[in-house]
Amino acid sequence: MNELSVKHLLGIKYITEADIQLIFKTADHFKEVINRSIKKVPSLRDITISNLFFESSTRTRLSFELAEKRLSADVINFSASASSVNKGETLIDTVNNILSMKVDMVVMRHPNPGAGVFLSKHIKACIINAGDGTHEHPTQALLDCYSIRERLGDVAGKNVVIVGDILHSRVALSNIFALQKLGATVKVCGPKTLLPKYIGNLGVGIETNLRKALQWCDVANMLRVQNERMDISYFPSTREYTQQFGLNKAMLDSLDKEIVVMHPGPINRGVEITSDVADSKQAIILEQVQNGVAIRMAVLYLLASKIERDED
Amino acid sequence: MSQKVLLNTKEVQITLHRLACQLLENHRTFNNTVFIGIQPRGVYLAERLKSLLETNYKIKDIRLGYLDITFYRDDFRRSNKTLEANKTDINFIVENKKVVFIDDVLYTGRSIRAALTAIQSFGRPSKIELLAFIDRRFSRHLPIQPDYSGLQVDSINEEKVKVCWMENDGEDAVYLINK
Repeated sequence: MNELSVKHLLGIKYITEADIQLIFKTADHFKEVINRSIKKVPSLRDITISNLFFESSTRTRLSFELAEKRLSADVINFSASASSVNKGETLIDTVNNILSMKVDMVVMRHPNPGAGVFLSKHIKACIINAGDGTHEHPTQALLDCYSIRERLGDVAGKNVVIVGDILHSRVALSNIFALQKLGATVKVCGPKTLLPKYIGNLGVGIETNLRKALQWCDVANMLRVQNERMDISYFPSTREYTQQFGLNKAMLDSLDKEIVVMHPGPINRGVEITSDVADSKQAIILEQVQNGVAIRMAVLYLLASKIERDED
Repeated sequence: MSQKVLLNTKEVQITLHRLACQLLENHRTFNNTVFIGIQPRGVYLAERLKSLLETNYKIKDIRLGYLDITFYRDDFRRSNKTLEANKTDINFIVENKKVVFIDDVLYTGRSIRAALTAIQSFGRPSKIELLAFIDRRFSRHLPIQPDYSGLQVDSINEEKVKVCWMENDGEDAVYLINK
């Protein structure tokens, strides 16, 4: 198999294991490309990509933009704060206006879950979801699994615990889907108030004791506490959260085995993990960021090859 | 579908030896020369020539890299199939080196055009030469000619030339296949 089963990347839920393996295989080649002294290939030179960010983002936007430029695509950036969204324009109108400038692909981040799926039903361009509210963040899950594969050789058969704010996390949901499709066993760990009520229905284990979760796992993915999405208090204080669910070096060293520590960023140092853990050899946080560019290049390349050419 | 033998095992061997000697004539010590096998099928030929030069002509340590040209091709999105990449493995810089591109069949010349662009990512060679085992000489789309060729084949577009290598296909031979 050498092509994706989908035309858009809206979520991990909608793609197959074979799709994920193809993306990984292609990313291997792009990883070699981005480690050359000249890091650019001309594959997407006739493709125009618009990055639509209706919600703030630093690393995802930079990572996508770099991936697009490494593939020689033309890039236009759009952020909601400086746009007509504030003037009352609808999502479809905004996107259609941009598409009328002959844009082939849209990378979109939006605060509303399902924004990408909705848009894919109404517009012609290829859409890549760069995070839609608390729903999915597929490229993050792909780069997380790719980083596990790189460090541990394979994802299948591994035990992965996702720790922290599961309720508000699109990273958690996409990771659960991706890890399960690749054959890993997943547990979630966090304060009960931050674990969705029916999360067990996804086939994941639930643990509220961090030490037990860490003893069980091969990989711990520490999520950020998303204060900006919290409308009520989900735990008494940050200090209490850190005491119960923060990962520190002493706890890491007290485990029987060496686990791999991941974090999707941005890190709140001293809250979900301490600085010495974030900077330790067991943490692969910066590898995740580097792999993000290769994974996004692979996704863009594979989806772009499915865009029909205008007859000219 | 019918097929005709263009070169049998013995003839492939003779041709490989001739190509090795021609390279030797032009490069002598191979001190400043690097071989680049074009993925996917040029790599077998490149490995053969390297080992032939090393065993029969006592040339030591010829540097050999593999170059994949998929991301540089000019037919991206022009066929229905997604172009699948192969591994690029060049662990040296080609700056000021004499580069020999090695491929099994030279047909339209488009792969070599892509390879000329791709190699720039690894430096600026002082010279680039092209070695093709089979030169389908009347099929060119671009002004590209080989410096060394094993066999010139005049074939029509419906025909396909297949180069088989022992390590991949179980025998050394060249066939002309009529589709």
